[in-house]
Amino acid sequence: MENNNILSVQEIVKEYPGVKALDKVSLDFRKGEIHALMGENGAGKSTLIKVIAGAIQPDSGAVYMDGKKVDAMDTKISKDLGIAIIYQELMMVPALSVSENVFLGSAVRKGVMIERKEMERRSRKIFEDLGIKIDVRKPVGKLTVAYQQMVEIARALSKDARVLIMDEPSAALTEEEVQTMLQLVLKLKEAGVTIIYVSHRLDEVFQITDRISVLRDGQYITTLNTKDTDKTELIHYMVGRDLNETFPARNSRIGEVGLEIRNFSGNGVKDISLSVRHGEILGLGGLVGAGRTELAQLIYGLRKPEAGELYLDGKQTAIRSPKQAVRCGMGLIPEDRKQLGLLLDFDLQENISLPSLPRISRGIMISKRQEGKMAQEQQTALNIKTPTMKQKAKNLSGGNQQKVVLAKWLGANCEYLIFDEPTRGIDVGAKQEIYKLLNQLAEEGKCILMISSEMEELIGVSDRIIVLCEGRKTGELSKDEFSQDRILSLASGT
Amino acid sequence: MKGIALKIGKSSKLPIILLLIGIIIFFTVLSPAFLSLDNFLNVFRQISMIGIAGIGMICVMLTGGIDLSISAQVTLVNIVCAFMMVNMGMHPVPASLAAILITTLLGTFNGILVAYGKLIPLIATLCMQNMLKGLSYIISKGQPIFGFPESFKVLGQGYVGAVPIPVIVLIIVAVLGAFFLNKTYIGRYFYCIGGNEEATNLSGVNTTKVKVLAYSVCGFFSGLAGIVWLSRVNSGQPTTGNGFEFDVISGIVLGGVSILGGEGDVLGAILGVIVIGLLNNGLTLLNVGEYYQLLVKGVVLLLAIGMDSFKRNFKKN
Repeated sequence: MENNNILSVQEIVKEYPGVKALDKVSLDFRKGEIHALMGENGAGKSTLIKVIAGAIQPDSGAVYMDGKKVDAMDTKISKDLGIAIIYQELMMVPALSVSENVFLGSAVRKGVMIERKEMERRSRKIFEDLGIKIDVRKPVGKLTVAYQQMVEIARALSKDARVLIMDEPSAALTEEEVQTMLQLVLKLKEAGVTIIYVSHRLDEVFQITDRISVLRDGQYITTLNTKDTDKTELIHYMVGRDLNETFPARNSRIGEVGLEIRNFSGNGVKDISLSVRHGEILGLGGLVGAGRTELAQLIYGLRKPEAGELYLDGKQTAIRSPKQAVRCGMGLIPEDRKQLGLLLDFDLQENISLPSLPRISRGIMISKRQEGKMAQEQQTALNIKTPTMKQKAKNLSGGNQQKVVLAKWLGANCEYLIFDEPTRGIDVGAKQEIYKLLNQLAEEGKCILMISSEMEELIGVSDRIIVLCEGRKTGELSKDEFSQDRILSLASGT
Repeated sequence: MKGIALKIGKSSKLPIILLLIGIIIFFTVLSPAFLSLDNFLNVFRQISMIGIAGIGMICVMLTGGIDLSISAQVTLVNIVCAFMMVNMGMHPVPASLAAILITTLLGTFNGILVAYGKLIPLIATLCMQNMLKGLSYIISKGQPIFGFPESFKVLGQGYVGAVPIPVIVLIIVAVLGAFFLNKTYIGRYFYCIGGNEEATNLSGVNTTKVKVLAYSVCGFFSGLAGIVWLSRVNSGQPTTGNGFEFDVISGIVLGGVSILGGEGDVLGAILGVIVIGLLNNGLTLLNVGEYYQLLVKGVVLLLAIGMDSFKRNFKKN
């Protein structure tokens, strides 16, 4: 058996501040197999494949190729060893032709001259072997995503890849294109290439893989032979754990519908209706790329919906910009706190007062007294830990930064709050505080829409959960229907 | 005294103040004519135009933009205002106001190109610069326009006591600018957009409109600088203002206004402009030729931008 392994990872540990992304993960990949890597968002799949590709260095542990330990793995070494990776975001130059992209970075040359004819001939051969009809002179930017992906695969093959890692290759494809892609993957397997297939989609995984390995919370759980298992068992392994975090109890009275959307479409989502009552936390579940953030952007006026109506406390309201959203009492706590939530080089006071500036100004003159008072009040209310509110936002911990973002909206007296991954990248202690704040806000009668990819959080915090899959609403669960298995199967569209 | 020294030591103004002192010592040693009240008043009168236009440029640069067309706006103001007074017989006051209105609108147009059209500020305003230069040549047919009413001279050539009027204009404009940027929420928006445009937009600020406003303000102040210039030279020339944007940008970047936006203030910018003024004056006193001056100025801007970038990287690590 041993010699059958082309690639192994042993005891890989990778720690980020506050999270163990990989905790002593050991895994073997056999020659010529299609090996699925599965797990929830944040299970450590991406980190693991980046370690294998040499894009990040593990804190400890090693990668073995052909039974030999690879020292100081980096992207160059992994490439030389025949490991190729196709990321979710394709890496191509849209203006260059298919053949030029296939040979990107390793153009066929004679001296300083590029041998265009030769490159075209060779890439034509690769595509022929794969059974793909494609014009190798066409600029890649003119191709559909599915074909662009094939160009990536061809590029990997042009470098004699022996191990091909595919990260969510089906995410951007239509159903038909997925089938073509899967056929292609099977063909590669026949040609002797080992494929590591990262995907959330159970159907595909069962259709083509030989073995499935499951990661959860950075730990290796198990490896299954695909033909000996089924979806139920797999889902169980992926989520199967007891809730190990406690969520503080909430005592809120759920009132009238506050925020409601009907038949919202556009920005990658289709025909979504939902309503949030005062005092209620509505959870929005789904996989990465299901369209949850996109839906939030529509509601918040950042993107224009193609169709649909929005009602605030029963009144139809058109929101065309974040400015209008804020004026109507909405607040967005975005997923990417540092890029979208905060002005990192500005002090806390300036961050908190930003949405409220016109209100705390006399004419156009900011009342510094009121600005300071507002910041002080929020610091006390949210227990923001900082020596002074003149501290720059970038100097705070993740949890405290999140509180500052929240403080912006509480200072602006927002009624409708959209949280996008409220506890992403926050340590456990601060998470508890954020949960308490969420409860407090619900108890005050605010309408809260919470996007979360953390299953426990979604179940522990929400009063109701709506699940999206590929831009559509696939289910709505009331509190007594909550279960990780249910949510995951709705989220993966099965 | 100790308190002030401490405050300066802590503030970000220290480098520019040291530079200022260094330059003064350097030129004092080399040129006996440099260190005198007369010469300094002269320098201040010369920099008043740079300073006035600089106040507008700060607004644009705080938002992360730049306006290269201000030099050509100055040229256009010179030609248009001169044309209106001489060829159309207009009174200096309405002629000046009309000219300033024109540059304000041109600034607004720059802003629309940048904010709504999403054009790169550097390129959009460079095109504008060439268009306006061309327009100035067309209107003036390449010839100077002169023969203004006597009253027009006051703004550029008059004195209140020993202080030249342009300097007084600069002081008023600087105080207003500092007030606007520090105390009003629109000024704060300028800073915020440069700090993080996306986050500012998500906080409910119409960043597009605010950016347009920044360019309008910039247009207004280059118009004002242009009128002061015209009044001082007393002749509208199609070559006026060539390279002016360079002095303005060098000055305020030297004074700590960041090329990437979000950082800087009026006091620093004025200090930076004074450095540029002293440099221009000192080099002229030392009989350094115009060609060499250009070379020196290029190096100065490069150093200023280098310092800005260095500061940023230093902070990051």
